[in-house]
Amino acid sequence: MKMPRPYRIALITLCTLVLLFLILPILIIAPLSFSSARFLSFPPPSLSLRWYQEYVGNPAWMQATRVTLTVAVLTVIIATPLGVAAAYAISQSKWRIMRVIHMTLLLPLVVPIIITAVGIFFVYAKVGLVASMTGLVLANVMLGLPYVVISVAAGLQSFDAAQEMVARSLGMSRLRSFFVVTLPQIKASVIAGGIFAFISAMDETVVALFISGGQYQPLTKRMFTALRDEIDPTIAAISTLMTAASFMLVLIASTRQKKGA
Amino acid sequence: MKDTVRDISLQHQRRENGLMLALASPALLVILLLVVLPVGWLAWQSIYHDGFTLENYRRIFSEDIYWRSFALTFEISLLVTLLALLLGYPLAYAASVASKGWSIVILALVVLPFWTSVLVRAYAWLALLQRTGVVNQFLRQVGAIDEPLALVHNTFGTVVATLHILLPFMVLPLYATMQKIPRDLLQAGASLGAGPVHAFWRIFLPLSLPGVLAGGTLVFVLSLGFYITPELLGGGRTIMVSMLVSRNVELYDQWGAASAVGVVLLIAVAAIFVAVSRFVPLDRVLGQK
Repeated sequence: MKMPRPYRIALITLCTLVLLFLILPILIIAPLSFSSARFLSFPPPSLSLRWYQEYVGNPAWMQATRVTLTVAVLTVIIATPLGVAAAYAISQSKWRIMRVIHMTLLLPLVVPIIITAVGIFFVYAKVGLVASMTGLVLANVMLGLPYVVISVAAGLQSFDAAQEMVARSLGMSRLRSFFVVTLPQIKASVIAGGIFAFISAMDETVVALFISGGQYQPLTKRMFTALRDEIDPTIAAISTLMTAASFMLVLIASTRQKKGA
Repeated sequence: MKDTVRDISLQHQRRENGLMLALASPALLVILLLVVLPVGWLAWQSIYHDGFTLENYRRIFSEDIYWRSFALTFEISLLVTLLALLLGYPLAYAASVASKGWSIVILALVVLPFWTSVLVRAYAWLALLQRTGVVNQFLRQVGAIDEPLALVHNTFGTVVATLHILLPFMVLPLYATMQKIPRDLLQAGASLGAGPVHAFWRIFLPLSLPGVLAGGTLVFVLSLGFYITPELLGGGRTIMVSMLVSRNVELYDQWGAASAVGVVLLIAVAAIFVAVSRFVPLDRVLGQK
């Protein structure tokens, strides 16, 4: 049904403004990061790579980057198989308890992150995991699991379980039939889930603020502390790199997903 | 004979259940150890300190700073939810009536900020809104203002940045609901003499209400627990509940008080979810994420 013209124009104008509100703040960081000025000025007086050099040349930032990448990679390696196994069980089993388990696995998305963070801090303080790599990775596995479960469960929904039955009736073991028949068909959703877990670990801040410390502080914790004190343009450079990394990963995930569908 | 068949099938069923449980249990264990146990511990700590005590809760309800913080958090969350609805509804509507190409463009632009770190976006808003920030510089250059406006380190900055982060959580459930509204209904309305505006108010809007409820719940609940944004953009004056929790832990070493505040926040969130689930299935609210 056609909208009257004045309404149409009003709607288009409003939507353009809202979309600008969403996008502009993200795009503004890149030019700031290439500025030569010590203080924020827009447009930048002249272009330079000064803040990128500052970032790469600073051992503290580099150590934090190593921690972030290590945590993110380990999170994916641990959370993906756990999430795939759980999603498989949830979608194949008709047992009612599985519904409860499904909801439980999504809890990290529902419980306010500050409560999870403080709770984990209390538990870690008791068992001596504060400021440790193990503790940081475990917390991020927990936060990344729901993304893997949601993605893979969605992938399994469009997979016909009878195919696996056929493979098994032809003499394949259950494990083998999963790897040969099922996994190749849900590959895209597994990769997407893993990528989302990676991004989640890379961006995670609140839990890290409470439980990380010493040499095992991720980038986000250092950025947060730096932002509280002063607005250092080095953070613009790091932010630009992080955003570029996220967008590239999402792009990979979405093209994969399209190919898989 | 019939009994043996049933026994075998029952046995098979049991084995199947056992296998599925075994597959789900590593993930389940992680969640139990890192969500359920910590939250349980938090709850325990809020009422037990060398014996049972309700002192921590008494304090929340009697001391002014706690009351004000809870009230402020609810106010900000409500404001953000209303603004998100106001900005998000037209956007979701446009995406649902636009051609396929345009609706993909709109949705892509909505989802894009989703994958930018919350911290990065807080930084962007600081760069935009501070006294020497982009917005103030621009307004001074065009001569609209003489003195820079105080746009950040206050409640205004917190609301703007929170809205920016949560707007996609409003648009996506709205779009999902609107997309499923059968267009024949609007045509039927038109054939009975309803003009486009009338048809929108009487047919489209009521049918989109489940989406409004789902998106509104998500935005409201998420902003109740916001921490990074108010901490960085509130300038220490906008103390939201989450900051109360962290301050009690980090500055005052009051774990019991922090726990009690956390429990009250969690109960509020749970109550909202339970109330809403009577109108919209809960997995539909969460599924949008």
